[in-house]
Amino acid sequence: MRRAEIVTAAFLALLSLYFMWEAGEPSVNAWDPALQKRFGNIGWTDEGPGSGFWPFWLSMIMFLCCVWIAANWFRRLSPPSQSDAPFLDSYGKKMLALVGGGVFGFLILIGLIGFYGAMFVFMMYYLLVIGRHRLSVSLAISVALPVVCFFFFDVAMRIFLPKGYLEPLFIPLYDIFL
Amino acid sequence: MDVLFSLGQGILVALEPLNLGLAILGVVVGLFVGAMPGLGSVNGVAILLPFTFVIQQMTGSATSPMIFLAAIYYGAMYGGAISSITLGIPGASTAVATTFDGRPMALQGRADRALVTAAVASFVGGTIANILFTAFAPPLAFVALKFGDPEIFALMLLAFATFVGLGGDDIPKTIFSICFGLVLATVGFDIISGEPRLLFFEVQGENLIPGLNAVNWFSRGIQFLVLAIGVYGIGEMIWTINSSRDGVKMSEVNVSFSRIMASIRNFPEAWKGTTIGSLLGFFVGILPAAGATPGSLMSYGVAKMTSRNPQEYGKGAVDGVAAPEAANNSASTGAMLPMMTLGIPGSPTTAVLLAGMVIWGLQPGPALFAEQPDFVWPLIGSFYISNVVALLVNLAFIPLFLWMLRMPFTILAPLIFVLSLVGVYAAYQNIYDVWLMVIIGFAAFFLRMLDYPLAPAVLAIVLGPIAEPKLRQSLLFSDGSFDIFFTRPIAAPITIIALILLFLPLLKLIRDKLRGS
Repeated sequence: MRRAEIVTAAFLALLSLYFMWEAGEPSVNAWDPALQKRFGNIGWTDEGPGSGFWPFWLSMIMFLCCVWIAANWFRRLSPPSQSDAPFLDSYGKKMLALVGGGVFGFLILIGLIGFYGAMFVFMMYYLLVIGRHRLSVSLAISVALPVVCFFFFDVAMRIFLPKGYLEPLFIPLYDIFL
Repeated sequence: MDVLFSLGQGILVALEPLNLGLAILGVVVGLFVGAMPGLGSVNGVAILLPFTFVIQQMTGSATSPMIFLAAIYYGAMYGGAISSITLGIPGASTAVATTFDGRPMALQGRADRALVTAAVASFVGGTIANILFTAFAPPLAFVALKFGDPEIFALMLLAFATFVGLGGDDIPKTIFSICFGLVLATVGFDIISGEPRLLFFEVQGENLIPGLNAVNWFSRGIQFLVLAIGVYGIGEMIWTINSSRDGVKMSEVNVSFSRIMASIRNFPEAWKGTTIGSLLGFFVGILPAAGATPGSLMSYGVAKMTSRNPQEYGKGAVDGVAAPEAANNSASTGAMLPMMTLGIPGSPTTAVLLAGMVIWGLQPGPALFAEQPDFVWPLIGSFYISNVVALLVNLAFIPLFLWMLRMPFTILAPLIFVLSLVGVYAAYQNIYDVWLMVIIGFAAFFLRMLDYPLAPAVLAIVLGPIAEPKLRQSLLFSDGSFDIFFTRPIAAPITIIALILLFLPLLKLIRDKLRGS
């Protein structure tokens, strides 16, 4: 935990510096030559405070907070900096891999078989592999959820979720319900 | 006396069978739309706006359709709390603050108490707002207009100041969280200069990931619900799975009539949060460009700040549920005030309602009360009726909402993941937002493990798009001088209180250090 605290603070400090750099992005098309230079937009311009004013100085405060967090880590003031426990134990790593894999798999499947198909596959995976429920229970819930969602979103709310390669299967349903 | 007579007449019209039926239908529709993650009152009102033209043709007046839409608006405000408490996912932006204490209460087996508190606080907030609306509508609208850019920025600063202590005692992590949320809110295009900001990296040409139509990931900005559902839907769920091992129990609530009645009897314990939420919510609601979300977040912050036990907030404080719920209902009525009396919509939902009024042939503005009493008073009467209907419908559905919590966690968890993903897509219709929400969810899990408070970041991404233009326009008025926040009669006291609150933790640290040495 202690190592994770300082590594995260260092990462967030670098992120803050990157935000400051990005906030000062020069405007190539600006008529004011000052704005064509990096960090020309973080102060006063002809139009008042420049576009980088707000994000730049906020990122600066973020960076200073990271320095403060690092100082607290050095002096062992924050609870994570006092803990020698691992950031994630073997159970945590296993669950993170199983759940994270499932969720990212769901996202990738949306592009292929749409929300409803991906929803079915994800629910089956989670209920059978992680939840260890019976096949009949898993199947019933995994089928019912896309059906309920279809009637709520596509039919009632007219919010059409992507259907990927399964689109042709929905055309008869559109004819009936829409 | 005239006002009471007109209100009485209005209530009688609102109680006519057709109008009462529309109010009940609107509340039920709003309740379910509001409870669905990603969808809020604006979705319900916008989707059903075309149906109101049919109602208008049937009745020949604009009163019935407006009663229907106002009931949806009310119902959605009640409904937002349901998923915040039972699932831990804010149903709408207005219910984010309800998650802070509503979810811990559900995890402790007090979901019934949280749901009843939310419902009754919403009712009280709505009723107080209705009374204020009835009595002071025209003068309050003109007070709201006195709030210029410096005053609204000062109010936003006050909101951040009250939230510095929100995430715990780690001050640098809390300030980091606020600034991080504010910076994320700037991603996209600057609304003043039109310059692109913080676009990070551009993905040109072919899709990087199947299903993604990514020409530029960040040009649309980072939407509020992407962060809120990422943090509370995905991040919180992974954290619960990791920290609770195999024995996760969301709640052990036994649904019974007597428990619900006991929760109603115990409601007066939440009087303080309800009062703060009702009054502050109404006031923030009437300000142009503010609305129910800042109102509920600020009320939560003020309730915590003025509490004798602020350490209980975030761990299941009843006032922590009552304050934001009273506030969001109160603010939703408050937001109607500038819309009806000045023709200025204070929120996206009131903008849709305003559009409806114009289409129905009404002219919102100062003359509306004088020229269209047959429309105005039945509508105000329907606010009272809808509020009572919403309370009764909400209480009646509590056993159904609690039933969701009794599902095994290994069924509830994937349902929450699915609803989070579908909810974000339904809200923005963009698969990029869904990817970003999941990535933010995993990042939120890691930060949560290291005690980074994330609620302030969620607050900041809501208030950031209001605060930044107000600050820049104020500085433009003053030619770059910050004196403008200290010299105007309304802005100055608010700014000074905000600065005192902001530096209070630092002063406490210095005091402790001096005592220690």
